[in-house]
Amino acid sequence: MKQLKSSFLNMAVVLTVITLIAAGALASMYTLTEEPIRLAKEQKKEQALKDVLLPYTRLDEPDTINGLAIVRAYNGDTFVGAAVESSANGFGGTIKVMVGFDQNGKIVNYSVLEQSETPGLGTKMVDWFKTKKGNQDIRQLNPSEVNFTVSKDGGDIDAITAATISSRAFLKAISDAYAVYAEQHAADGTSGASPQAATMNPDSLMTDSLAVDSTLLKGTVIVVEKPIVKTNSKPLKRR
Amino acid sequence: MNYLKTFTNGLLKENPTFVLLLGMCPTLGTTTSGMNGLGMGLATTFVLIGSNVVISLLKNLIPNKVHIPAYIVIIATFVTILQMVMEAYMPALYESLGLFIPLIVVNCIVLGRAESFAAKNNPFASFLDGAGVGLGFTFALTLLGSVRELLGTGNVFSLKLFPEHYGMLIFVLAPGAFIALGYLIAIINKLQTKKG
Repeated sequence: MKQLKSSFLNMAVVLTVITLIAAGALASMYTLTEEPIRLAKEQKKEQALKDVLLPYTRLDEPDTINGLAIVRAYNGDTFVGAAVESSANGFGGTIKVMVGFDQNGKIVNYSVLEQSETPGLGTKMVDWFKTKKGNQDIRQLNPSEVNFTVSKDGGDIDAITAATISSRAFLKAISDAYAVYAEQHAADGTSGASPQAATMNPDSLMTDSLAVDSTLLKGTVIVVEKPIVKTNSKPLKRR
Repeated sequence: MNYLKTFTNGLLKENPTFVLLLGMCPTLGTTTSGMNGLGMGLATTFVLIGSNVVISLLKNLIPNKVHIPAYIVIIATFVTILQMVMEAYMPALYESLGLFIPLIVVNCIVLGRAESFAAKNNPFASFLDGAGVGLGFTFALTLLGSVRELLGTGNVFSLKLFPEHYGMLIFVLAPGAFIALGYLIAIINKLQTKKG
């Protein structure tokens, strides 16, 4: 067969047909792979949550504080910590990490979700900060209790060799995550006992307070009101 | 036409990396480890075979004046399909190759084979040519990746051969890619002249 002439009509028709077929092929391929891609992403996230948190049986719906997503975890009815997704600008682009804290604000573990640092240098962050060696392990640390910057900046953490910028960015992402966790903690009114209070039945709190209320004289009501407001505020904020 | 020769041509005599020095961007960019090199090579092979066969089938239907846009659309379609399949079933490799997968579209090996071979030969010969060039590229990338991984980190395909702190970090970085590639080309040139 001879090659088609390069007439205007031929060119327009051929190019249109080729692009249409290409679009059709891509569309069908997209529908085929849409589900597996979604599943693979979900699985990755689930695995990350499992890696960074203490053993849990139930997760709360994710919350957003200061633009970062936080997920609270419970083992049965006990609050066992929360995972925060945080990001910072590294050497080669955005670094996205998920970091888990226990109920006392200590880092349980972290998982790097996304990074494009220099291979062999910045990419080491994936394991570096969970390797027991010198001062590089950040697990079991509470960012508010140590100087959470690299030792070059006067901090307590050893940076990755030859990748200080990546290390700084990584630690910043973790610090931001901790800030969100602390804010969350404060909002829950947690000072140790609150994880229990969070799962208490609001009704029982009500009846207790009312029972007290009815037995008291008018003049002392003000004193009693405080606990009522306080105890009620916990279940309300949980929503 | 000798089909066997068509196939081996791309493997050795006209190896795209070591002899023609084509497609340097993915060659230097993705070969930080043997696994990455292998993955990138196989991905390119898939696109090469697909585009070569389709272009060879359509070569007479595509008017000469629009053949480049037509070829690019065909190549880009294969690359995008590959990208979606990799993201769905090989997410780890997809992530480590990153931007270099969509960049296969502009890899001059792919368009080069389409222009210089598939547009003039029958589909079967084009298939063999694509496979030969693709596997030659894969071989080169895997070799380069393994050498860099070994010298840089002491591993080959994540298998520890010597402790990491003896590794020369420069081989994992960009300058090491040039150095390793230069020496590999010199060695291969030496071997080839001896034979001929």
